[in-house]
Amino acid sequence: MSVISYTPQDFKSDQYVRWCPGCGNFAILNAIYKALVEVGVSPAQTAVISGIGCSSRLSYYMNTYGFHTIHGRATAIATGVKVANPALSVWQFTGDGDCLAIGGNHFIHALRRNIDINIVLHNNEIYGLTKGQFSPTSPKGLITKSSPFGTIERPFKPAELIFGAGGTFFARTVDVDIPTSVEAMVAAAKHRGTSVVEVLQNCVIFNDGAYKTISTKELRVENTILLKQGEPMLFGKNQEKGLVLDGFNLKAVMVGQNGITENDVLIHDATTPDFFLHQRLAAMSGPDLPIAMGVIRNVSEPTYDEELVNQIHEVQSHSSVKTFEDLLNSIESWEI
Amino acid sequence: MTKSNKIIELEQVVIRFSGDSGDGMQLTGTLFSNLSAILGNEISTFPDYPAEIRAPHGTLDGVSGFQVHLGAQKIMTPGDKADVLVVMNPAALKVNVHEIKPGGVIIYDEDTFNTTGFQKAGFETENPFVELGLKDVQLLSVPLTEMTKLSLEGSTFDSKAAGRSKNMFALGLVCWLFNRPIDKAQEFLMKKFSKKPEVLRANIKVLVDGYHYGNNIHLAVSTYRIGKSNIEKGRYTSINGNKAVAYGLIAAAQKAGLQLFLGSYPITPASDIMHELAARKDLGVRVIQSEDEIAGISTAIGASFAGNLAVTSTSGPGLALKSEAIGLAVMAELPLVIVDVQRGGPSTGLPTKTEQADLLQALYGRNGESPLVVMAASTPDNCFDYAYMAAKIAIEHVTPVILLTDGFIANGTALWKLPSLNDFPSIEPPRAIVDASEWKPYLRDPEKLNRYWMMPGTEGFMHRIGGLEKHCITGEISTDPVNHQKMVDVRRMKVEKVADFIPPLTIYGDEESDTLLVGWGSTYGHLRSAVDELRESGKKIALAHFNYILPLPRNTHEVLSHYSKIIVCELNGGQFASYLRSQIQGVTFQQYNKVQGQPFEVEELVVYVSTIL
Repeated sequence: MSVISYTPQDFKSDQYVRWCPGCGNFAILNAIYKALVEVGVSPAQTAVISGIGCSSRLSYYMNTYGFHTIHGRATAIATGVKVANPALSVWQFTGDGDCLAIGGNHFIHALRRNIDINIVLHNNEIYGLTKGQFSPTSPKGLITKSSPFGTIERPFKPAELIFGAGGTFFARTVDVDIPTSVEAMVAAAKHRGTSVVEVLQNCVIFNDGAYKTISTKELRVENTILLKQGEPMLFGKNQEKGLVLDGFNLKAVMVGQNGITENDVLIHDATTPDFFLHQRLAAMSGPDLPIAMGVIRNVSEPTYDEELVNQIHEVQSHSSVKTFEDLLNSIESWEI
Repeated sequence: MTKSNKIIELEQVVIRFSGDSGDGMQLTGTLFSNLSAILGNEISTFPDYPAEIRAPHGTLDGVSGFQVHLGAQKIMTPGDKADVLVVMNPAALKVNVHEIKPGGVIIYDEDTFNTTGFQKAGFETENPFVELGLKDVQLLSVPLTEMTKLSLEGSTFDSKAAGRSKNMFALGLVCWLFNRPIDKAQEFLMKKFSKKPEVLRANIKVLVDGYHYGNNIHLAVSTYRIGKSNIEKGRYTSINGNKAVAYGLIAAAQKAGLQLFLGSYPITPASDIMHELAARKDLGVRVIQSEDEIAGISTAIGASFAGNLAVTSTSGPGLALKSEAIGLAVMAELPLVIVDVQRGGPSTGLPTKTEQADLLQALYGRNGESPLVVMAASTPDNCFDYAYMAAKIAIEHVTPVILLTDGFIANGTALWKLPSLNDFPSIEPPRAIVDASEWKPYLRDPEKLNRYWMMPGTEGFMHRIGGLEKHCITGEISTDPVNHQKMVDVRRMKVEKVADFIPPLTIYGDEESDTLLVGWGSTYGHLRSAVDELRESGKKIALAHFNYILPLPRNTHEVLSHYSKIIVCELNGGQFASYLRSQIQGVTFQQYNKVQGQPFEVEELVVYVSTIL
């Protein structure tokens, strides 16, 4: 079989993209087009499932098989698609409300099962399509239409939820950083099991500037760290800063000062099953510690779909029941 | 007790086993009914058990029953009242006091009929039979507990474990009373306990001792024999409705050449469908036990999108939770079978009891104009046929179908002649009939109005569907008012068109009578038996029973308009009657309703109809 290569155009549908001008979702859409080219699976073998919300309109803009479903259920529907046909590359696009509020139950159980789907979580910390209510990731105190005096709720940190539910893959990017998004999405596709790429996404209308500390290249150099597998955790304009462990906490240090050398800096290992350090990395939120970007966790565990197919094959190899007729012959019956 | 022992031939008999929910009454009843079926009897059974797995021992809440109706003729129901009632304790007697026929036999464990037992069951005196006013019954007192202990004396079983085998002593006794050879019962036990040789040996020992006990002491004046029925020759098994549903779906998937998928969440009384299908990995059935009811249907919708024969099974509370997702299947137009094994409601209601009160929920319980096909099985064995037809309609008409059964037929068993799939109609998934370049997701078959079902993985047919209103051909999002009207109309017409593919309504009984009983779903056996009884007594009466509810058979109006008096009988407050009133003009419908968590009794129907004829 010859290897067919695709272009971003192959994944673009003919639909007019209807997000607000300046919406972070445009960048996410461009990133997925580019990522799917790199993944190399044909549009016909790709299924894009989405729920409800601004993020979830994305399925209409893909020239793949697409299913724009109902609020919160995309994870469960994507699970059904994958189990029904494990050969498909299954993607889910979802928002913080769709995935973590109304769809929270399906989300944690997909992670627990480790079903092989790729979830792109557009986290804008707000409900957009319902016009501006606080979401489960909105920071405490945020003033919105439904929290006119500031929300009194504590927000979810998606990464902590994911690790707690047994998640095997977690990456974080910000909408404007398309190359990092593409890299994270490609890594998510390659990972077998439930992959979550959290894209910090700006909503220009209802929550503009939620990620303003990391919205430009210059700010990201100062305020984020891009984690790479097997490489030291260095950041800053000249990679002059590094992360070390201080007891159970992470600490930012200046390499070359106070006797600290690059050898003292932690090496990123996304593949270690224990999520202690992944959790500490994902929890960094500035200003003393940089916000972690890139693939934070990427652990190999059996997937639900593989286990299911293996179990079917295992049972089939021992059973003489191959057809409905065999089934009837196998049960207790008698001649009258 | 007299020593004379004659055999009385019976046309039919109803036996009810009743005890604590840990006493093994379900197993005893199942063994006895299978044994009888093998000997050529018609059977119908009905378990009646509490929601509590093990309620406090000896209390009224913990009483579990299993009724068996055997006959030499066609048996349509598990019987109203028992000819023979086997009670393992005073609580079982109290709960079943109204379930015994005048002149019936009560076999009871005298070892439990003591002060403690009476107190637990809330008796105020030491004579429960007098206290309950039981007069016209024959009492057979048997030291069941003591005899079972003696039977197992010297074995490795402690007395507590031995106590658990006393159901086998009762079974042996009943086998003797009804002249059932116990070697067949032993065969069943060998299969059941093949992995527990100790338990098997104990059970067989107690079973045989129970049989000989009856024989040796000539416990009863006479024993009974039920003649062989002259049903069609062939290979038979006994099957309950849940198993029959699972088998019907397996058969349909094979016929359609599709993989079968079930997404389901545990719920009484539907879970056995999931258990049955989960055990069928040999046939490649994919089952997800989902995190909740919504995920049950959502995974099924995903599987349908991906091209499987997709099913979700549930009961009333679960159907309520699935409503929004059912709407998605209606809107996206995907094949989907939703099995609702109804139970007593509303809310958690009576989980282990039967009712037909989800009908309006099935018909209308969604937002928007949301039509789908609703059908109902009417006997344990025809759950197979209707599950098969539900799958066929869902696939060929590309629509969700709700199949209604209920606790009564789901758990009740009937004799089932093993079918040949050659006798069942083909199932043809409708695929695009034009090239990918010309195809659009909402192009329709001109006859059935279904869209074509193209699944991911098919080169060239990439498309997008969803829950938003869409253009009538391209499937692109559309809020155009005229287009919405058109789509609402076409979704309704598509479901109405199913009426061209279902059998017409038929009449059972006296077509020329003035009075017609109308029923749907699981009440069929009772209604038919009532009609038979009324006709035998010289009355003219007919029955129209519905399995297809939405759409109704094309000839429904024509058939019903022949009758001046129509009584819609159902186990709810009148839901089918009100539906018929909305669909059939110019006909007056009377109602006979019962909402007690129990099936009809033939006798109550006969008495009621007699008063109005």
